[in-house]
Amino acid sequence: MPRCSAKGFISLIAFALLSTSVLAEPLKVRIGHVQWVPDQGPVLSNVIPEPEDAGLRGAELAIADNSTTGKFLGQTYSLQSKVADSEEAAVAAFEAMHQNGMELFVVNAPAQTLKIIMDKAGDNTLVFNAGTKDATLRTGQCHSNLLHTMPSYAMLTDALGQWLNQRRWNEVFLITGPTEADKGWADAFRRSAKRFGLEIVEDKPWTFEADLRRTASKELPLFTQASDYDAVVVADVRGDFGEYVPFNTWLPRPVVGTQGMSPVTWHRVVESWGAAQLQNRFRDLADRDMNSEDYAAWAAIRSIGTAVTALGNAAPNEIRSYLFSDKFQLAAFKGRKQTYRDWNGQLRQPIPLVHPRGLVARAPFEGFLHPNTEMDTLGFDKPESECRINN
Amino acid sequence: MKSMFKQTALAAMIVLSTPALASLAYVSNEKDNTLSIINTESREVVETISVGQRPRGILLSMDHTKLYICASDDDTVQVLDLATRKIVDTLPSGEDPEQFALHPNNKHLYISNEDDAIVTVVDVGTKEVLAQIDVGIEPEGMAVSPDGKWAVNTSETTSMLHWINTDTFEIEKNIVIGQRPRHVEFSKDSKIAWASAEIGGTVHIIDVDNLEQIHEMSFKVPGVNQDRVQPVGIELTSDGKFAFVALGPSNHVAVVDAQTYEVLDYLLVGSRVWQLDLDKDEKHLYTTNGVSGDVSVIDVEDLKVIKSIKVGRYPWGVVIDPSS
Repeated sequence: MPRCSAKGFISLIAFALLSTSVLAEPLKVRIGHVQWVPDQGPVLSNVIPEPEDAGLRGAELAIADNSTTGKFLGQTYSLQSKVADSEEAAVAAFEAMHQNGMELFVVNAPAQTLKIIMDKAGDNTLVFNAGTKDATLRTGQCHSNLLHTMPSYAMLTDALGQWLNQRRWNEVFLITGPTEADKGWADAFRRSAKRFGLEIVEDKPWTFEADLRRTASKELPLFTQASDYDAVVVADVRGDFGEYVPFNTWLPRPVVGTQGMSPVTWHRVVESWGAAQLQNRFRDLADRDMNSEDYAAWAAIRSIGTAVTALGNAAPNEIRSYLFSDKFQLAAFKGRKQTYRDWNGQLRQPIPLVHPRGLVARAPFEGFLHPNTEMDTLGFDKPESECRINN
Repeated sequence: MKSMFKQTALAAMIVLSTPALASLAYVSNEKDNTLSIINTESREVVETISVGQRPRGILLSMDHTKLYICASDDDTVQVLDLATRKIVDTLPSGEDPEQFALHPNNKHLYISNEDDAIVTVVDVGTKEVLAQIDVGIEPEGMAVSPDGKWAVNTSETTSMLHWINTDTFEIEKNIVIGQRPRHVEFSKDSKIAWASAEIGGTVHIIDVDNLEQIHEMSFKVPGVNQDRVQPVGIELTSDGKFAFVALGPSNHVAVVDAQTYEVLDYLLVGSRVWQLDLDKDEKHLYTTNGVSGDVSVIDVEDLKVIKSIKVGRYPWGVVIDPSS
């Protein structure tokens, strides 16, 4: 039923105040962007290298998007960016910007680096994590002024777990790479397997102790020998051996996980819900396809822009309150409105499941119920997190 | 004598079978690059014709002799001659035209260029580009008031209604509404504008004299997650009684009392209902359902869905020719 209320009239006044003719004093919104992505080391499958400016270009696009809106409202947006080559340099860049009066930040860095940065960020600072998918920053070590636009590994693996469950492919063979990130991804998947009734029939680490005189494609059929499984799940975040798993399994089974069909934040094959336009804008700007890091940075700065459009000012504490209020919703091209979880600051978002040239499905799936919103069937729900950053 | 009677009867039958009696609905199929033509008497697809790439917005010329088609991926507006059903011309449209609106002067076509954050105004007679107006990110919905005074553009990512003076081609006012505004529809007297916000889940009612929002509607479809209630197309009956709002992936059309803004009913149609149009006597409403690839026909008097008609893949726009 339609609701006509006092709220409607208040927003009416707000709209009137926002029209260009009323605002005289231009508002300058400055956003800092700090990026440090450690070198992944040599990998076996380096055919398609990852772009070095992943994240930064998404931030730039969001600044352009915000500025187009801002020009009708007398608001300008600027980005100060530092792509650092070490943890120390990233922290130093953050401190320098912070001392210079910067209050709004987007950080794409490992969890450890982000934790150091958060210890140095004062109260009147708002930081968006557009890099790490680490669990601890969402389940225990939360910060009241840290929001996450990058999904956690748990959100990604829950999307995959739901999909395997609804396909009834319940028995899986898990292969985990040697890095910390691989272990983080695999731990998240083991949790998802429990939640969605999947059985991990084999859980094997990829150790490189295999006979390296043979190629990976020769090694993998033997490595994946087991009596039966419905799918092979790969945890190889940096893309070392995982690309060689599809079509090389002992049994003729699909490969999912970090390779094969993957749950991702964003991918070039996402085109519904108006996404084609975002992809085109990004390609015009960056001459490459938009990836997950770009999307997370874009969503962070668009969150700021959406709040500033509504508020008419850029004070971090006011932006923060607005982002957690029921007035905020981010239209971000994944078909559902996106909001922030009030216990740990994670942006709720659908997770596309993609293969390199097509979209397979989008989680959450119908039938996985939740008392509040089915978007919270992905990732750490309130009872699973000790964080209460709004209490 | 007998044969003369036969001839007369034959002549009468020929007259009766001319298309003048059956009205036609045109449906753009976004992923098939085709247009489905539906006979609204038999409610069947009578012809499918090939058009440009990714056809989305479609509209009739004021004299109902031509259909304009936004062929988004061809960066052009195509002109379909309705008598011959052939593409007879193209218009310069700017890049990625998605929706457009024709001024009552039958000359000025206002086109949203989704990728360029621009509205292009083209004279359909001379093919001259009269103006390109900077608007917000992803201009989408386009409407011209029936009195010809205003052209309104919605920009999806900027979440604004841009009010363009049709004499000067300049923006006179910007109104921020809910997230991802999609479509604007004017009342027949040009006094009220209805604007849908897809992600906001709202419809905003604007008083055109004062250019101010006077009401905001939201929708609650029983048994459907609120996130899926995404208003897109709007259609108003000319008697001012009803508004119909297509609610996207909720697969429902809301029936609204156009005077009190009260939702009277929700009608279940096909998947991801997008745009809608009334037939010539306003007895039936046709909706395009993108995901299910069909058109639902709603009986306006009974407020019941009476038929679904299979069309091409991802039907986007629907226009019924009132004079056919």
